[in-house]
Amino acid sequence: MATVVMTSLDSKSRAASRGLSDIKIRNLFIIPTILFLIVFNIFPLIYSLGYSFTDFRASTNAPATFVGLQNYRELLNDPFIWANFAITAKYVIVSVTGQVVVGFGTAMLLNREIPFKGFITTLLLLPMMLSMAVVGLFWKLLYDPSFGIINYALGLGSFEWLANPEMALYAVAITDIWMWSPFVMLLSLAGLSAVPRHLYEAAAIDRAGPFYTFFRITLPLVAPILMIAIIFRTMEAFKTFDLAYILTSQPTTEVISIRLYKMAFQEWQTGRSCALAYIVLIMVLAITNIYVKYLNRVKER
Amino acid sequence: MAAVQTRSERALNRLAIAAVLVITLLFLAPIYWITSTAFKPRNLATTIPPTVVFQPEISPFVKLFTKRSQLRSAPEPEVYAAAPWWERLVFDGGEKVVRSGRGEVQLSGYPNRFMNSLIVAITSTVLAVGMGTFTAYGFSRFKVKGEADLLFFILSTRMLPPVVVAIPMFLMYRAVGLNDTHWGLIILYTAFNLSFSVWLMKGFIDEIPKEYEEAALVDGYTRLEAFFKIVLPEAATGIAATAVFCFITAWNEYAFALIMTNRRAQTAPPFIPSQVGSGLPDWTVIAAGTFLFLLPVAIFTFLLRNHLLRGMSFGAIRK
Repeated sequence: MATVVMTSLDSKSRAASRGLSDIKIRNLFIIPTILFLIVFNIFPLIYSLGYSFTDFRASTNAPATFVGLQNYRELLNDPFIWANFAITAKYVIVSVTGQVVVGFGTAMLLNREIPFKGFITTLLLLPMMLSMAVVGLFWKLLYDPSFGIINYALGLGSFEWLANPEMALYAVAITDIWMWSPFVMLLSLAGLSAVPRHLYEAAAIDRAGPFYTFFRITLPLVAPILMIAIIFRTMEAFKTFDLAYILTSQPTTEVISIRLYKMAFQEWQTGRSCALAYIVLIMVLAITNIYVKYLNRVKER
Repeated sequence: MAAVQTRSERALNRLAIAAVLVITLLFLAPIYWITSTAFKPRNLATTIPPTVVFQPEISPFVKLFTKRSQLRSAPEPEVYAAAPWWERLVFDGGEKVVRSGRGEVQLSGYPNRFMNSLIVAITSTVLAVGMGTFTAYGFSRFKVKGEADLLFFILSTRMLPPVVVAIPMFLMYRAVGLNDTHWGLIILYTAFNLSFSVWLMKGFIDEIPKEYEEAALVDGYTRLEAFFKIVLPEAATGIAATAVFCFITAWNEYAFALIMTNRRAQTAPPFIPSQVGSGLPDWTVIAAGTFLFLLPVAIFTFLLRNHLLRGMSFGAIRK
């Protein structure tokens, strides 16, 4: 791992001789943050790595015994855990696809001269700023089979959204789409408005059809920013906990974070849950790595 | 745009505007519904067909803030006569509830949770933005060996799933007695927001020309003086935007709060859903609590509207 090491600074030597030296200031400004993050993020992870090789249960006073890789072996051979991963994957696909379709579509509509465009955009962004837990709660009211406004508006009678094992995951995804499509819209809009207008004019002169224009001009130019939105949302949907936990308690909506929470804080299988946490962590870091590559690529443009 | 529009383009444009309006209304409908439920009398909150036109009331808020117990029948006339005006609002709605205790008003759990949310969100925001601004300046102005790796390390701490971090933190907090305390949550939220604050602030400070400080150094300022007197005022807008983002994140956080607190330091996000509990929930009270909780975020969103894109992309996209 990289450490903060003295290197030559570009400042004037006269200025550097007054007060604190630049190197001291740099270290004073950077090191506390790095230390804080190491103590409160990295150290706990090392701590739990240790527990992941034990059968420790935080609910008892029994000392932890070392069991080697047994937790990992059992987890990776457990079909129920794989079922949780499959549910998570399904949720990610449905939710992110929905957000891209709705978000990008809305951005295409908004990318023209529209009265009160700034105001409308701000209103559309409101859902994603709200608390997921509280959003989950009030969507329960909207989804209610007997007096929910969704069933009334769609004429579905007393259709069960959340109590129905088949439907519940889609209900959670719909709420997530409502919340986060605006995020995809916001980023797409930034990409769309950066497409030089003369490209469209040239295409119009060449009598290019709307499909040709979209696939050959618009999409390739928006793609890098759209990828940032997609990867970021994929990562967030993979980690999702609040919405699904509050909206339903179906086995069909038990995404991996909920399984992890139950294993750690309801079944108190601390050692095993630490091992599962590590499996999840490695997956998240892999997605983060891809995400940062795209962030830097867009930044460099 | 001075481009001449053909008739079909104008028609298309009108169609797009209509579609945008429909989408906007659809997106706002859930927020409108929870807001209107917060002002309904209880018997109109869960009707079929849904009640759209009604006389707005503030009795849900009275019920939200005071502890209540259920009565078997409507309150006695002398109880009604002795009640203050806001208590009568509840009785007038035909409700068989009375505030508990003999005479004195007892607060419900809500104001306390709301205060906890404020304390935790504001303190962690100040810490995260403060440390983040210094660190961002360090990365922006000085050569740091392995800068890209360090910045990736900083960002990756933000991406950790809360439940993953919560398991060891829970054990460590239990060992040092930080479970269910304000400081326990403040530390977690500061760590969570710190990486975000560094990334965002670095973008803002990168935009301030180095020449400003160099001129100040030539004029006899020390590096620290130049930072406090030249850079900080220039970065004020960025600091404000970053602070609002950090505040909203801490304010909205659920998983850590659910795991690390249960009574004393519990914030509003785990508390509000727990009210649904058993039996028939009073949705007007839940809606009132939700409305008050969402209101600050809605106001901040409007204040922040020009910086949303930047914040949401960790400073990668500037407008």
